[in-house]
Amino acid sequence: MSTNASAIENIQGIGRPWMEVLHEWVTTVDHKGLGLLYILYALSYLVIGGFEALIIRAQLMHAHNHLVSPQVFNRMFTMHGTTMIFFVAMPMLFGFANYLVPLMIGARDMAFPRLNAFSFWLTALGGGLLYFSFLGGNGLYGAGTAPDVGWWAYAPLPAKAFSPGHSSDYWTIALLVSGLGSVGTAINILTTVLCMRCPGMHLGRMPLLVWLNLVMSGMVLIAVTPLTAAQVMLLVDRYLGGHFFDTQAGGSATLWMHFFWIFGHPEVYILILPAFAFVSEIVPVYSRKPIFGYPVMVGATVFIGFVSMSVWAHHMFTVGMNSYANSFFTITSMVVGIPTGIKIFNWIGTMWGGRIRFKTPMLFCLGFLFQFLVAGLTGIMLASSPFDWQLGNSYFVVAHFHYVIVGGLLFAIFAAFYYWYPKFTGRMLSEQLGKVHFWLFLIGFHATFDVMHIPGILGMPRRIYTYEPGRGWDTLNLIVTIGAVIQAAAILVFVCNLAVSYWKGANAGKDPWDAWTLEWSATSPPPAYNFATIPVVASRRPLWDLKHPEDPDSRYE
Amino acid sequence: MSAFTIPIPPSPRPWVLPDRGKVAMAALIIAESAIFTIFVVAYLFYIGKSLTGPAPREVLETPVFSTICLLSSSLTLHVAGKFLERGKQSAFLGLWLLTFILGGVFLFGTGLEWHRLIHEKGLTISTNLFGTTYYSLVGLHAFHLTAGLLMLLAVLIFGLTGRVNQDQTGRVGVLSMYWHFVDAVWVVVFTVVYLVGR
Amino acid sequence: MQGYLIASSTNILAPASTPARTIFGLSLFVLGITALIFVVVAGLMVYSVVKFRARATDAAREPAQVCGSTQIELAWTVIPALIVAVLFLATARVIHAIQDTPKPAAALDVIVVGHQFWWEFRYPKLGIVTANELHIPASDRARPTPTFLKLTSADTDHSFWVPELGGKTDLIPNRVNQMWLDPPRPGIYLGQCAQYCGTQHAKMLLRVVVERPADFGAWVSAQQQAAIQDARVSAGKRVFETNVCINCHAVSGTAADGRFGPDLGHLMSRATLASGAAENTPSNLRLWIQTPDAIKPGSLMPAMKLSDADLDAVTAYLETLR
Ligand code: HEA
Ligand code: HEA
Ligand code: HEC
Ligand code: CUA
Ligand SMILES: [Cu+2]
Repeated sequence: MSTNASAIENIQGIGRPWMEVLHEWVTTVDHKGLGLLYILYALSYLVIGGFEALIIRAQLMHAHNHLVSPQVFNRMFTMHGTTMIFFVAMPMLFGFANYLVPLMIGARDMAFPRLNAFSFWLTALGGGLLYFSFLGGNGLYGAGTAPDVGWWAYAPLPAKAFSPGHSSDYWTIALLVSGLGSVGTAINILTTVLCMRCPGMHLGRMPLLVWLNLVMSGMVLIAVTPLTAAQVMLLVDRYLGGHFFDTQAGGSATLWMHFFWIFGHPEVYILILPAFAFVSEIVPVYSRKPIFGYPVMVGATVFIGFVSMSVWAHHMFTVGMNSYANSFFTITSMVVGIPTGIKIFNWIGTMWGGRIRFKTPMLFCLGFLFQFLVAGLTGIMLASSPFDWQLGNSYFVVAHFHYVIVGGLLFAIFAAFYYWYPKFTGRMLSEQLGKVHFWLFLIGFHATFDVMHIPGILGMPRRIYTYEPGRGWDTLNLIVTIGAVIQAAAILVFVCNLAVSYWKGANAGKDPWDAWTLEWSATSPPPAYNFATIPVVASRRPLWDLKHPEDPDSRYE
Repeated sequence: MSAFTIPIPPSPRPWVLPDRGKVAMAALIIAESAIFTIFVVAYLFYIGKSLTGPAPREVLETPVFSTICLLSSSLTLHVAGKFLERGKQSAFLGLWLLTFILGGVFLFGTGLEWHRLIHEKGLTISTNLFGTTYYSLVGLHAFHLTAGLLMLLAVLIFGLTGRVNQDQTGRVGVLSMYWHFVDAVWVVVFTVVYLVGR
Repeated sequence: MQGYLIASSTNILAPASTPARTIFGLSLFVLGITALIFVVVAGLMVYSVVKFRARATDAAREPAQVCGSTQIELAWTVIPALIVAVLFLATARVIHAIQDTPKPAAALDVIVVGHQFWWEFRYPKLGIVTANELHIPASDRARPTPTFLKLTSADTDHSFWVPELGGKTDLIPNRVNQMWLDPPRPGIYLGQCAQYCGTQHAKMLLRVVVERPADFGAWVSAQQQAAIQDARVSAGKRVFETNVCINCHAVSGTAADGRFGPDLGHLMSRATLASGAAENTPSNLRLWIQTPDAIKPGSLMPAMKLSDADLDAVTAYLETLR
């Protein structure tokens, strides 16, 4: 316990021998310490993965560019994709979940603190292994061989025949290990939510953030494990001479595709649900109204969770499924749009009739709403399978998913940073730098990913290290590259903001945003035990009840 | 300083939440089921797709005896739990030991089967698709069973040193959930490999 | 060679074949509906943000704490559901129209085999094997002569994509996929491999040469001839046959019957080298044979380390294979 306590004090920067501090960070089992570790870990990988993106963009700046070799380029997009999904998005979201869920349900820690630490260090090991491949991919004698099979590693590319050396092994094992970490964390979050809620907080009173993370954890359990299984099979092939995906021995390439996407599609909703969670907490506070249609929001989330398990093959419209399969996966993919739409409408309903305050977190949320709408609609276009026969594997797809992941997820994550950083550190992030960050990133984002749709429509496939001139792709790619550089600048501003405000930021106090959920009742940062006495709640907005005794929510629920 | 109580009378009914251990184990079981599902799907998908022999029909023998052992072990384990609840330690230990033995017999049976297949029938994991899927699926189950046995053993040792009593009923219950799951999985694997697969 | 320069675009919005055109129609429909949704929803967002922004005057007070309305929720559940139904029906029609078309008797069969990183085209009925440039007859409305492709792969996954002629279809080992084209206008249609297949996925370009039936017939009979035997380049022929070239390449009527690389029997009938990586000129050809990596780094053709004399000879020889 004492370790945790001081682990928190470190955050306030109370100077002590750095070895000691380090030791406490490494050994902490406190959900807040681990949450921050997750977040810092993800942030550093965001910069690495983004750097790889910059290399990709620099190479594609104009036709027949010779900046990097095809081999290097293929490694770059493989590492970029793998890093961003497994070592940026996942840990980032787990980090926030770790930190916030116990606080929001009035608990003192996660259900299994040690499992929690174990899961984090597994994830950390995974990232380490992936990047060690740069050294070890060929065995230590031949350097510079990161995996180059793409982030889906479609069979038979990762088979020994086409991928000698060990680069694919590092890819496989890294994902296997971090996958186990994810499952551990999911079990932990699920158990925490179901077994650690403070008195009075029955399921119908949990903050939406908790609800969405609950569903997310449930999805991790059923969606990440198929990938684990597939990775095990791949290892059996590579090390024991198995034939699961060995097309020479009758193995099936499409089976791998199915297994990967049975993981892959739910995964993208696993990523977006926590983003929804942030928005569902932040929009109400800055609109000064409770979330519109809470029960419907919960229902929609659960519905998304279920349907998203049955849409995976919309990533496989071009592999030659029969017309019935194509129709089936078209309809399921489109049906997901309904509950998602409900969410968007409810967020608008929340702002409707409110008094919106445009603080940085709210700005990022508005960005999220707009961009997610567009991204979802391009998703619907891709879901229309014949349309996808044209757009699939083109830059239109790349544009679609960056629109969701960067324009949606990343914007929501930035919103969460500006909103909860005061709780994490006790200091406010600079509002000026925040606005600069927002506008720069918004401009960079749209310059990059709006334009990126067009080369896709003009027939530019993805994963090509160079392209022919005279197809109308050149100028567009140049603009996209410039946009990426602007994004980099914006993120540099953000990193500076994090650093500067950590030392110079204004003091936050318990509740800087005049918010309503339990975490704002604890000090900033909260003590190791979170709450001296376990709170008792009577509504979804306990702090509202506290601040408005004359008219508490509990009267209406 | 940090916490507070809202000035509204807490809900009168007592605040009870499910047991952590059970919930977590349930979650783990869900995750494991997904893994097994994928392996089972792969097995079914590749039935009859091997380019070379041997085929299941030629080499597999239905492990009736060890299957019976494994299934009955679930029963003994269940009864053992009941005894522990009522504080009948020695009866509990006896049945627990029996469970362990039954599980061990099953594992041994699998070992024999594999030895026969490898050395007499020449079927290895790299022989053909059947070999690959068979050893992976059965092996995955055997792996989980081994893990279960180790945990049974741990409890056994604690029991013999007299450290397992009524208070541990909950924990022992969690462990039994796992064991029952491993048995249930075997029912599926058995059906797929020895009934459907031939 | 003619036609190397006059290359059409790869724009999916410029369909030139029935499948592409059908998809194009659907695309416009889907685009229209999604655009409509966008305008409405984005409009609502902008309106609420502008209308309900906090003003200095009332920032202190809290607004009315409304927390839901069943009717509204119902409305914005049902309407999207209806839209989805419409979208789905429109899509299903097109899926059926393209995938389940019966093959007419007059159809031309071509087997497409994907290789790292080039295309092999076999015309089973005509006994032709060629590479990288697919020749098909124009198909007029009155007497349609569509081309039906059977697609498979010799190694990793590839994808056949010529945007103006139709959607893409993957080439997957151990699996045979099918697609069809019926372009009415003669011309050259560009495309490229659309499924990541390894190092040189980017330079696995594709061109479809659509010819008037007469021209196509001429091409066919030319391809059916055995490779030209020209005494003047026998030196080069010897170099070709005494090097490992023949292990990977085939030239009808010679010892060369390798299948790992493209068939060279009528190399000069192709406008490009190494699946579009370079124009098929003597200098490029020589460079290619000397160091393939100079044109297509990472291609599976090794540098042959021939002496300059041998290089010239073999180039001269290949130059005769029209
Ligand atoms: C956060 C991640 C995320 C999210 C949320 C989504 C959401 C959706 N995605 Fe996307 N997608 C990805 C991440 C994501 N996607 C990634 C990473 C890939 C590529 C992976 C790779 O290939 O490398 C991909 C690829 C991808 C493909 C495959 C393309 C191809 O490779 O050929 C398809 C095809 O159907 C698709 C569809 C959809 C659909 C229908 C949704 C829907 O959920 C969208 C629903 C939302 C809306 C529809 C908007 C709001 C709704 C309304 C305003 C109501 C009214 C609307 C209607 C009635 C339609 N996505
Ligand atoms: C979380 C997911 C995520 C995120 C955030 C991003 C962010 C970005 N991505 Fe990427 N991307 C994927 C997930 C993601 N991507 C996936 C899954 C693929 C598919 C891979 C595959 O095909 O296998 C992909 C593929 C992909 C491609 C296609 C590659 C190809 O097919 O050939 C491109 C091309 O432009 C691209 C670009 C970008 C850019 C410009 C950003 C920008 O938003 C990045 C902005 C961030 C930064 C720029 C970092 C900040 C840097 C600094 C602050 C300093 C820089 C450091 C130094 C100069 C030392 N991404
Ligand atoms: C190890 C196998 C191998 C050997 C040996 C080999 N080639 Fe090739 N060759 C290939 C492959 C594979 C390609 C296709 C490369 C690509 O497009 O990616 C190719 C392409 C070519 C092409 C271009 C064909 C086209 O249609 O564009 C020519 C010409 C050629 N080879 C000539 C030769 C000559 C001459 C030799 C011997 C001196 C030779 N090759 C030896 C494998 C080989
Ligand atoms: Cu062939 Cu990409
Ligand atoms: Cu998807």
